[in-house]
Amino acid sequence: MAEELAETLPRSPGVRPRSAPGAVLSRAAWGLRAYGFIAAMWVRSTMAYRASFAIMLAANFATTSLDFAAIMIMFAQVDALGGFALPEVAFLYGTSCVAFGLSDLLLGSAERVGRRVRDGTMDVLLTRPVPVLAQLAADRFSLRRLGRITQGSLVLGWSVLRLELEWTPGRIAMVCSMVLCGAAIFGCVFVLGGAFQFWAQDASEVQNAFTYGGTTLLQYPPTLFGKELVRGVTFVVPLAFVNWLPALHVLGRDDPLGLPGWADYAAPFVALLCCALTGLVWRAGLRAYRSTGS
Amino acid sequence: MHLLRLNFAVAVSGFRRYATYRVATAAGVFTNTVFGFILAYTFIALWHERPHLGGYDQSQALTFVWIGQAMLASVAVMGGGFQDEFSERIRNGDVAIDLYRPVDLQLWWLAADLGRAAFQLLGRGVVPLAVGALAFDLALPASPGSWLLFLLAVLLALVVSFALRYLVALCGFWLLDATGLNALSTLLSLFFSGMLLPLTVFPGAFGETARLLPWSATLQVPADVLLGAQPGGAAAGLAFQTGWALVLLAAGRALQTVATRKVVVQGG
Amino acid sequence: MADEGGEFIDVQDLTKTFTVRRRTGLLRRTAEEVRAVDGISFTLRRGEMAGFIGPNGAGKSTTIKMLTGILTPSGGRLRVAGVDPWRERTRLVRRIGVVFGQRTTLWWDLPLRDSYGLVRRMYRVPQARFEENLARCVELLELGDLLDVPVRQLSLGQRMRGDITAALLHDPDVLYLDEPTIGLDVVSKARVREFLRTLNAERGTTVLLTTHDLSDIEQLCKRVVVIDHGRLMYDGPLAGLHEVGRGERTLVVDLERELPPIEGLTGARTVRTEGPRQWLAFPASASAAPLVSRLAAEYPLVDLSIREPDIEDVIARMYAR
Repeated sequence: MAEELAETLPRSPGVRPRSAPGAVLSRAAWGLRAYGFIAAMWVRSTMAYRASFAIMLAANFATTSLDFAAIMIMFAQVDALGGFALPEVAFLYGTSCVAFGLSDLLLGSAERVGRRVRDGTMDVLLTRPVPVLAQLAADRFSLRRLGRITQGSLVLGWSVLRLELEWTPGRIAMVCSMVLCGAAIFGCVFVLGGAFQFWAQDASEVQNAFTYGGTTLLQYPPTLFGKELVRGVTFVVPLAFVNWLPALHVLGRDDPLGLPGWADYAAPFVALLCCALTGLVWRAGLRAYRSTGS
Repeated sequence: MHLLRLNFAVAVSGFRRYATYRVATAAGVFTNTVFGFILAYTFIALWHERPHLGGYDQSQALTFVWIGQAMLASVAVMGGGFQDEFSERIRNGDVAIDLYRPVDLQLWWLAADLGRAAFQLLGRGVVPLAVGALAFDLALPASPGSWLLFLLAVLLALVVSFALRYLVALCGFWLLDATGLNALSTLLSLFFSGMLLPLTVFPGAFGETARLLPWSATLQVPADVLLGAQPGGAAAGLAFQTGWALVLLAAGRALQTVATRKVVVQGG
Repeated sequence: MADEGGEFIDVQDLTKTFTVRRRTGLLRRTAEEVRAVDGISFTLRRGEMAGFIGPNGAGKSTTIKMLTGILTPSGGRLRVAGVDPWRERTRLVRRIGVVFGQRTTLWWDLPLRDSYGLVRRMYRVPQARFEENLARCVELLELGDLLDVPVRQLSLGQRMRGDITAALLHDPDVLYLDEPTIGLDVVSKARVREFLRTLNAERGTTVLLTTHDLSDIEQLCKRVVVIDHGRLMYDGPLAGLHEVGRGERTLVVDLERELPPIEGLTGARTVRTEGPRQWLAFPASASAAPLVSRLAAEYPLVDLSIREPDIEDVIARMYAR
C-alpha cells in the first residue's frame, strides 16, 4: 500500500513535508506559479468583455488622476508646498503612485479576507493544494489596476523631465529600486491588513488608512507633516522607505529627521524585513483561523 | 400620517442595520481620522503660503477638512449606501416586486438611506470631528443656532446626495453594465463636492462653475454654512441646496416613471 | 503512509472546543467554552460509504472541517489515509475531494470549463487523465450544455453537479459531501445519488456525507453515524436506526374549517392541530391510502401531504426511548 501511495503522490514541491530543508522556498515557488495561472485565468476571462474592461481601466486611471488634479490646483495658487516645487512634488507623487499601484495590482485582493471568512469561502481555499495567500491574492486579478500605474508613470515621467537633475545611472537605479521596494512594502501592508481580518473580520477599512492613506501621505513632501508623524511612518509603519528617504536623496535634499546617510539606501533591507514579518503574521492569522474556524 | 409613520419605520430600520456593524464603524472612524490628519497637514502648508486662500483663514480651512471627514460616509461621497442594493434589485429584476408595494419607491429608498446616513453621521462623524478639534485649532461656532443651520444643511446635503445616486441607479434599467457610470458618478462627486479641496480654492471660472453644480450642495455648502462663509448668508446656501434637491428628486421621479413603464411593458 | 489495516479514516476521541465571547454589558464580555465536538470515535474502511447525520449544530460540519484539515482539533487522534489532516493539510488535500452544499467551491464569475482548468492545474492532474475524468462526469451528471456558463448563472442543482465534478477531477480517494442535496429538485437529487452510487461502486471511492434528508441515506448508505451535541449517538447499519427511531410518518391535513382533533381512525392519531390544519401520525410500515380515503369521506378535506420523518424526528424519538 505504501508503495502504491508513493506512486500516486508525485514528489512535487507542494507536497514535500514542510520540515524538509528548502521546503519554504519550493513552497513559495509553487505558490508563485499557482498565482500565475490563477491570475492568467482571470485576465482571460475579463478580456472576454473588452468594452467593460476598457471602461474600468479608464475609470481607474481617472479616479487616481483626481489626486494629482488637486495638487495641480494647489500649485495654481502657490509656487511651493513645504519648500518643494511642483516637479519635486510630482516626483514624490509618481513614485508613491507607481509603487502603490504595483502592489495593488499584485496583492490588492488580499484585503478580502474578512469577506471570505464571513461567507465561508475561506474554507474552500483551505481544501486546495495551493498556498492560501497565493489563491487569495490572485483571485479577481484585474489589469484594470494598470490605470493607476499608468497615471503614476506619466506623472513620474513628466517630473523626471522637469527636474533639473543629472540622471546618472545611480539615480536611475535608485528610482527603479524605490518603485520595486515601495511596491514590496505596500504589498506587505495589504497582506498584513488581510491577516488582521482573521482576528477582526469587519475591520477591512482599517487597512485603507495605511494603503490609500499611505500613498496619499507619500505624495506630499515630509516637511509638511509633524515630526511625530514622520517618525511614525519611518520606524513603526516603514512607509517612509517607499519613497521619502530615497527620493529626498535623489532630489538632493535633507530628510527632516536627520537620519544617517545609509538610511537612504536601506529600503531593500526594510522591504525584506517587512516581507519576513508579514509572512510570520500571515501564518499566525491563518493558524488562528484554523483553530477557531471563524 | 400612516405614510409618514411607515417611512419613519423604514428609516429606523436603516439606522439599526448599520448600527450592528460596530467593528466596521470603528475601522471607518480610524480611517477617516488618519485621512483627516494627512489632509490637515497639507492644508496647513497651503494656507501657510497663501494665508487667505479661498476666503478661509487657516483654522477655517482645517475645520473644512474635518467636517469633510465627518460627513464623508454619511453623504456617501464615494457612492454606496442604498445605491448598491437598489442597483442589484434593478439588475436581478426584484425591483418589479418593489413597484407593487403600496409605498412610493423613491420615498422608500430615501427613508432607508436617511436612516443609514443618520447612523453614519453619529457613528462615523462625531469622533473624527472631536479628534480634529482636539488636535488642531478649529473654527467651530459657539452658538447653537449655527449648529442647527448646519444640521439643516446636512439634511439637505443628504437629500441631494440621495437624489443624485437614485438617478445613477435608475440608469441601470437601460445599461447592461453600469460600472462605468458608477465610476464616473463617484469621480464627479469626489471632485466637485469639495472633498479633495474646497471648491473656493478652484481657480477662476472653473471654480465658479464647480460651485453651481449639485455636488457642491453635498459638502461645500454645509461646510460653508457652519463656517459662516457662505456667500449671501446661510439662507442662500440652504436655498441653493433646496433648489437642487427639488430638481433632482423631480428628475428621479420622471425617470422612475419611464423606467416603471418599461418594466410593466416587459412584464417585469 | 500505510492505511493501517484498511482503516482509511480513523477518528479516536476527537474533540473541538471553541471559546465564545458573549456581550454581557455595554463593554463587558464573558468568555465561554463550547464543546462543539465532544470525544467522537469511529473508523471508516476504504471504499465505505457512510452517512453522517445529526441535527443542526450537532458538530457535523466541525468534524468534517477537522477531517479535511481546515480546522485544528483540540484533542484526540485523527488520521485520514494515515496522515494527520491538520499537520499535513496540503499533502492530504490532493487525496480528498470536498463538496459544500451551501457554498460553491467554484469560481463564481468563471464558466465551469475555466474553473475545471484551474482545478486541473492546482492538483496537477495530467491532461489525459483530466479529460477522461471530466468526460465521465459530464456524461453521468449531464453537464454537457453547461460547461460554458458562468457559475453564477447556474441553478442550484446544476451548480451542485458542477461542484461534485470539480471535487473528483483529481481522483480523490475520499469524498466528503456536506449536504449535497440541500435545496435540489427531485430530478437533480436522483441524478446526484445515482452518480455517487456509481462512483463508489466503480472507483471504490470512500464517501462520507452529511445530510438532513433521510432518503439520501436510505438510498446511498449502509452505514450511518449519528451525532448530537458533539457526541456519538449511534454507529451502525441503517436498519438499526430504523428500529431505534424510525417509526412513524406524518399526514398533514388541511380542512375547510377549524375542527376538533380527528379521532377514531384506526392506526392514526392526531399529534398536533393549528387552526384548520392537523397533523396525524401513522406507522411508517402502513399504507397511507386507506387512511386518506377515510379522511376524504368523513371530513371536509382541502389539501393533504405526507411528511417523511426527518433526521430531527428520528433523533428525537431515539431520545424518547
